[in-house]
Amino acid sequence: MMKKAVYVSWLAILSIAGLAAAVDPALAQEAAAEAAPVGISAASKFVFNTFLFLVTGFLVMWMAAGFTMLEVGMVRTKNVAMQCTKNIGLYSIAGLMFWVVGYNLMYDGVDGGFLGSFLPKVIPEPSQDTGDYAAASDWFFQMVFCATAASIVSGTLAERIKLWPFLIFVAVLCGFIYPIQGAWKWGAGWLDNLGFLDFAGSTIVHSTGGWAALVGALIVGARAGKYGPGGAVNAIPGSSMPLATLGTFILWLGWFGFNGGSQLALGSIEDASAVSRIFVNTNLAAAGGTVVAMLLAQLIYGKVDLTFALNGALAGLVSITAEPLTPSPLLAILIGGVGGVIVVLTVPLLDKLKIDDVVGAIPVHLIAGIWGTLAVPITNPAGSFVTQLIGIGAIGAFVVISSTVVWLALRLTTGVRPSLEQESNGLDMSEIGLEAYPEFGQGSQRV
Amino acid sequence: MKLVMAVIKPFKLDEVREALTGIGLEGMTVTEVKGYGRQKGHTEIYRGAEYAVNFLPKVKIEVVVAKADADKAVEAIASAAKTGQIGDGKIFVTPVEQTMRIRTGETDADAL
Repeated sequence: MMKKAVYVSWLAILSIAGLAAAVDPALAQEAAAEAAPVGISAASKFVFNTFLFLVTGFLVMWMAAGFTMLEVGMVRTKNVAMQCTKNIGLYSIAGLMFWVVGYNLMYDGVDGGFLGSFLPKVIPEPSQDTGDYAAASDWFFQMVFCATAASIVSGTLAERIKLWPFLIFVAVLCGFIYPIQGAWKWGAGWLDNLGFLDFAGSTIVHSTGGWAALVGALIVGARAGKYGPGGAVNAIPGSSMPLATLGTFILWLGWFGFNGGSQLALGSIEDASAVSRIFVNTNLAAAGGTVVAMLLAQLIYGKVDLTFALNGALAGLVSITAEPLTPSPLLAILIGGVGGVIVVLTVPLLDKLKIDDVVGAIPVHLIAGIWGTLAVPITNPAGSFVTQLIGIGAIGAFVVISSTVVWLALRLTTGVRPSLEQESNGLDMSEIGLEAYPEFGQGSQRV
Repeated sequence: MKLVMAVIKPFKLDEVREALTGIGLEGMTVTEVKGYGRQKGHTEIYRGAEYAVNFLPKVKIEVVVAKADADKAVEAIASAAKTGQIGDGKIFVTPVEQTMRIRTGETDADAL
């Protein structure tokens, strides 16, 4: 009986699919083209553009969950609740700071210069809104990008940083460091005038987060026990590969918003087509990064390393972020694939340099971000390698110097590290007095 | 009475249980344990860095049998748990002085 029912329902699905295929898609499109007006009205354009900002904006917001799950999976059980706390805290602080000062510092009257104004963002009355999209939708969309930059720092510095110093750094990063360098390009500042290209932020978001993370890793230092005498590198496996994988998939999903929304418009056939092409290239680059990382790990280490595959997907995504529109599908795969190579080769390299990056954020966001920015002129004739290098160098120098000042100031005042005993007991207990999995006992401590 | 204690590969537990049931034994205690022998564990690679797995997961079984049954039990465990590969485990036999079944108060051979 059961078997028959299943068989019948499969028949039904097949016949529906057959019917759908019978309707000629070309005919349907032709009919739609005839019905549509030649141009789209200003009001419709406003609505579609706003819709793009809102939907892709909340997809990017969801990346905060992706970062959290990825990081939680890559740390030991004794630091899981702390990692969750850092992430919910940083997302919220990013949102507050980007309203208080960040948005206008980045976008208000930059005018070819270096920074905007130090004022909170004014959200207009709905009846007073003008332009091509709702002002509030734009603020929301730009805010979630700022939060992404902060998330990157959290992963690198996991398992050995105190909560409040980290959150203070996030406040400075999101209120000042990120908006000022962002103003140079996206706020129509001097880098924009120079012709620097960064479509969705390989440099402005990812490398910025990556530079801040790198400086933090150098100033905070490695986790206790990570590096031994004589150049020994001790692996510290993460607590949950399922959560790390879920986090990566969430980030991949969010990236369609990150890159697709950065078209900044949906009010024309060309824009809708561009957003769609960006989705395709974004997915191909991530897939390329994953497969290349898996193959390379198999070749070098004789086995596939899941965490390399996860990093490879993200590195592919970061690589295509600077220019997800102009590459052909094949080039998108190759650009993403180079991201996969970067992961497998630079994660061990950082360990050789004793730079402890718990989740691989420096290879994924900083190095792949630089690669993605340099790859823009390969497919976009408007770009130039020299200008791209100037942008990468200027933003890198600014973020490194400003982050160094902030991290050093925190180290000298509040201190950034817990004591060795606190770190050994786990930050869950020492920093926030809460275990992630109290019913499992001391799960992360091996015999 | 004898205590037969064996440390075996976890995937062999069901076969060992069947073998012991087959010779008429009516109970055992099982514990998940970790340990190492002559191979001293092994190494794994995580994100390009090697790390040692010093303690391998094993299963420890404990059975108390009448003195006459001890050799039979050892033989049953050995043949069921053997793969011929490293890490098959070990069997230990020690004397037991006293046994009591708590519910009835029976002792020694009657309690087994």
